[in-house]
Amino acid sequence: MKKILTSLALLGLLAGGIGAVGSVAMAAEEAHNAAAPTHFPIDEPKEMDWSFAGPFGTYDKAQLQRGLKVYKEVCSACHSMNLVAFRTLEGLGYSEAQVKSFAAEYTIHDGPNDAGDMFDRPGKPSDHFPAPFANEEAAAASNGGAAPPDMSLLAKARGVERGFPRFVFDIFTQYAQGGPDYIHSLLTGYDETPPAGMVIPEGTHYNPYFMSGVSLKMPKPLSDGQVTYDDGSPQTVDQYSRDVSAFLMWAAEPHMEDRKKTGFRVLVFLALFGTLMYLTKRKVWEGVAH
Amino acid sequence: MSEGHSTYTPKTGIERWFDARMPLPRMVYDSFIAYPVPRNLNYAWTFGGILAIMLVAQILTGIVLAMHYTADTNLAFGSVEKIMRDVNSGWLLRYLHSNGASFFFVAVYIHIFRGLYYGSYKAPRELLWILGCIIYLLMMATGFMGYVLPWGQMSFWGATVITGFFSAIPLVGDWIQQLLLGGFAVDNPTLNRFFALHYLLPFMIAGVVVLHVWALHVVGQSNPTGIEVKSKTDTVAFTPYATIKDAFGMIVFLFVFAYFVFYLPNFLGHPDNYTVANPLKTPAHIVPEWYFLPFYAILRAITFNIGPINSKLGGVLCMFGAIVMLFLVPWLDTSKVRSAVYRPWYKLFFWLFVADAILLGWLGSQPAEGSFVFMAQMATLFYFAFFLVVLPVLGLIETPRRLPNSITEAVLEKNKGAGGGHPAGANAAPETKG
Repeated sequence: MKKILTSLALLGLLAGGIGAVGSVAMAAEEAHNAAAPTHFPIDEPKEMDWSFAGPFGTYDKAQLQRGLKVYKEVCSACHSMNLVAFRTLEGLGYSEAQVKSFAAEYTIHDGPNDAGDMFDRPGKPSDHFPAPFANEEAAAASNGGAAPPDMSLLAKARGVERGFPRFVFDIFTQYAQGGPDYIHSLLTGYDETPPAGMVIPEGTHYNPYFMSGVSLKMPKPLSDGQVTYDDGSPQTVDQYSRDVSAFLMWAAEPHMEDRKKTGFRVLVFLALFGTLMYLTKRKVWEGVAH
Repeated sequence: MSEGHSTYTPKTGIERWFDARMPLPRMVYDSFIAYPVPRNLNYAWTFGGILAIMLVAQILTGIVLAMHYTADTNLAFGSVEKIMRDVNSGWLLRYLHSNGASFFFVAVYIHIFRGLYYGSYKAPRELLWILGCIIYLLMMATGFMGYVLPWGQMSFWGATVITGFFSAIPLVGDWIQQLLLGGFAVDNPTLNRFFALHYLLPFMIAGVVVLHVWALHVVGQSNPTGIEVKSKTDTVAFTPYATIKDAFGMIVFLFVFAYFVFYLPNFLGHPDNYTVANPLKTPAHIVPEWYFLPFYAILRAITFNIGPINSKLGGVLCMFGAIVMLFLVPWLDTSKVRSAVYRPWYKLFFWLFVADAILLGWLGSQPAEGSFVFMAQMATLFYFAFFLVVLPVLGLIETPRRLPNSITEAVLEKNKGAGGGHPAGANAAPETKG
């Protein structure tokens, strides 16, 4: 056992050494000029405190409800959320009746009926959020050529590479909030001014947190006071961004609380079982030198 | 340790009835109860059992997932999300399966490195080793095709890049590529055949595992000293000694596995795979799963033409050559001594090789540009030098340390050293156990 540990330590040291050399090489390469950056995002996402982080993390339901409001009143004008059904909104703390009336506020294009006609009807809990555009081509045509991404999985589909050695530490800190951190940073990053001399293509908007270039097609979507909160939370861009990021994390991973709760039980069980197994193993091998 | 005389004696009428017709209980008894294992096996030897349960776990979760999955380019992504959202415990099944693939590879890499360190591939275990290499190859094919099934961006573009390798083969390359894809590009026929093969290959793996275990039970396990078993005192019975140690190893492994499944289920995946495949939009960096990264780095390290071999074909040849090296190891290593414990120089080079493999893995995840290319070329050079130069030459020039006469002698010596004068064979100090 001791030998294995020593070997592992040695291995770690070697890997660490190699990584250090690599990082130095990379840093040297990245001595780029501020007006023409080659690596994106220009600024790393800000790490926020999320209620759902860590082994016992849970969603803050009030926050999710505010986030839903932001999505509904702002984001949903352009972004679809095809994978999320109204019925799942009970996970945000709404009652069945509330979900029903929420769904009924939407109009769903359905059909064909017995006469073979398509028709519009109020939404039902079993419906998914209707998309703002008829198809991706229409979405692209209305948005300067780039279709706004579907938001159902956005919080898991975005994440800035953490790099060595941070990704190793992330295992122990259980950092899995790269998505919401990124979305929050992007939404609050529109007010920064580009460095002198940087060329921003026309029809795009500078954002140092955008991970695929200096600027993006989406204009600044949120401004202070745009969405009315009735629980007294600050009506600021920062708060809206946090709330909608948390909501999108829920939309992408609705069973997260269940997962972490189950995980804790599984790990406690395995730890106890493992301890018993170890003691049994010692007893069995007692008297046999090996 | 070869199939000696069986010590099984049927006790009940049913057992006697079976034994006379089909001695299955005898086989189980001889293979998993009385089977003698070297007494000095350390925890590195528990990974065979760990791999067995990982294979079973992957097959079980996979079969249930297949009940909910739809292999159609228009529906695949949505059907996986339906599993994640609407199927009872679907999220658990899928995270177990996707992380299970990664941990299957974690275990197999430890298992392979164990074999390399202790010289487990040397005569008479060459065939055992080669069967293991075949399992590893099948695992890679299965893992690759499984990653395509969710039909995310990395699924699609990974499939495009990897099937593209085959077009580098002269004359028949394009034909092979089209056969793999079922067309000229990754599309619905590709997804369908990958799903069929992803379901088939694990059972082929299970078949080769049976051969692997059979070969193992003929030649017996190697051990940390690399000295063959010479007498009965060198071994202990599989049950309870190996069973209980393997069980403990499995639980520790499952603990780490569960930690990832429940707390970091997407840590080993790529965010881009949560975006549905789009043939018109290439991701910024196409990266394969982590367990392919060293080979990916080798592939991209060949940026130059060598005579008639262009860089693309050269890269593909090197990548496949890197795996072929493993098959040849039993004959590349010329040393008479098996275990690195008694080979100071080999031990050094072994750890350098491990570091090199990790370095290649890291380089595989980085864009192939600037100084990364040169680093990857050097690391590739060392990779091949380890097999083609170090292994053959070191065996001829290295002076190994004195080998103990037997496993028992080695064990007693070790316990005397660490146990501080305890009577040999008696209650050794607990901290030296394992």
